[in-house]
Amino acid sequence: MPLAAAITDLEALKDHPAVAKLRSWNSAAVEGAKFDREEMTIYIERSSIRDACVILRDDPSCAFNYLSDVSCVDWYPSQPRFEVVYELLSIPKKERVRLKVRLDADSPVVESVTSVWPSANYFEREVFDLFGIRFTGHPYLRRIQMPEDWEGHPLRKDYPVEGYR
Amino acid sequence: MAHMTSTPVLEPGQDRTMILNMGPQHPSTHGVLRLILEIDGETVVRLMPDIGYLHTGIEKTCEAKFYQQVVPLTDRIDYLCPMTNNLCYVLAVEKLLGLEIPPKAQWLRVMLNELTRINSHLVWLGTHALDIGAMTVFLYCFREREDVLRLFEAISGQRMMTSYFRIGGVALEPPLGFFDRVRDFANRFPSKVDEYENLLTGNPIWTMRTKGVARITAEDAIALGASGPTLRGSGVDFDLRRDMPYSGYENFKFKVPVAQEGDVFARYICRVQELRESITIVQQALDGMPEGPIKADAPKVVLPDREKMKTQMEALIYHFKIITEGFAVPAGEVYQAVESPRGEMGYYVVSDGTAKPYRVHMRAACLANLQLLPKMCEGRLLADVVAAIGSIDIVLGEIDR
Repeated sequence: MPLAAAITDLEALKDHPAVAKLRSWNSAAVEGAKFDREEMTIYIERSSIRDACVILRDDPSCAFNYLSDVSCVDWYPSQPRFEVVYELLSIPKKERVRLKVRLDADSPVVESVTSVWPSANYFEREVFDLFGIRFTGHPYLRRIQMPEDWEGHPLRKDYPVEGYR
Repeated sequence: MAHMTSTPVLEPGQDRTMILNMGPQHPSTHGVLRLILEIDGETVVRLMPDIGYLHTGIEKTCEAKFYQQVVPLTDRIDYLCPMTNNLCYVLAVEKLLGLEIPPKAQWLRVMLNELTRINSHLVWLGTHALDIGAMTVFLYCFREREDVLRLFEAISGQRMMTSYFRIGGVALEPPLGFFDRVRDFANRFPSKVDEYENLLTGNPIWTMRTKGVARITAEDAIALGASGPTLRGSGVDFDLRRDMPYSGYENFKFKVPVAQEGDVFARYICRVQELRESITIVQQALDGMPEGPIKADAPKVVLPDREKMKTQMEALIYHFKIITEGFAVPAGEVYQAVESPRGEMGYYVVSDGTAKPYRVHMRAACLANLQLLPKMCEGRLLADVVAAIGSIDIVLGEIDR
């Protein structure tokens, strides 16, 4: 099966229930959307991520009641440098959607979604540990995989694979 | 590093409580899990898991490898279900490439995945029962596990770190007589599950140690990110194999065991029933195994046959190119989830159009399941912590990566 081209036009994707719901709530919160390889990605404005998650979780037409994963991608040296990635799953509708928040290198801070899904606790701690993204409102934001006295954030692209010796 | 905090410590909250360190070197913590417990006599007041002792930086290592070189790394994440890791990774990369996989390879993958699930559940059942004090079950389980590992050795040359799945198919044709050996095992196995159940399911000591212990509601399980048998033990009927099928699972008929109670016994029943369902899937795969190639027709991605390399110039060139330069994967990103023995295993692979993955992230089912442990144990007896850890079936290699 040859790959279909990705759809990145927000207008073409406005009928997707999650996009429609978020835009009717606050059109400024949706920065963009992408439909690629049968997967939906919605770019969310940084300050709205927690509220957007609440809406997608509670709205019956979306019902994304389960947070599968939180991860991060470092696009160093381009800007905005970080993309925090949230994989949402709807258990009743058997659907997935991906939310993304773009963050600048000089202030990698975003609101925590632990108050929406407590499961975000360890995921966000891991992103904090390995990328140095700070999640405001997280109940216990400290290193989880690396030792407490470790310096630097190993999954950043400017951190060498073999480490500093 | 102003945002850094000092080492994690739990201070006793009241005069009558004390702090107890369980692990990282404790036989019932299944690897190197450290639990910091605040106890009041025999009662657990607070529980805090401390992980990271097995962190090996696999996600970082992946970024420095070609796509095909990542496959052996994935074995080492969850070492009890290497084939499931292989499958999840290759499915993600195949989705990035837009590659179609021949039916025989898909069916082989499904069959081996279910054998892997049996292998993993047998280790879980044996060690879980051993933790609670049932020695015999452990020996019985490892007897059958040995059979499964021999099958893996026959097909891949390795007992544990199989690396048998490749991007575009599987590595080799199964050896002569392999399917007969699998069928022989599949015929024998259901009576062995009866043996385990005879020892445990009606056993009064087992039921007293497991029923009503470490209970978790469906709402809590979803909110805390539980998946797999841990979620289904709380009454949520969700299985990725059935509900969001991948790799040809839609061609198989099987039941998804669900239990309502949400306690250790419910999770035990779910997994034991899954053993029986897995063996029916293996039998269906054997009965309907299609004929045909085991690798996709994609010379730039799939290594050529050794025989062709001896006679055909192009085959040798492609082989040389793939080994030395890898193959470019179109830019994009994919999140592929599969139902591992422990729950939702997900691979998030980002490509920037080069021959090395830009980012590989593994969604570890155990990492999320581990978050349930404080909720399960707080307010209960210390001995129940051991039963609770066993019931969520953690593998620290996957949690720490």
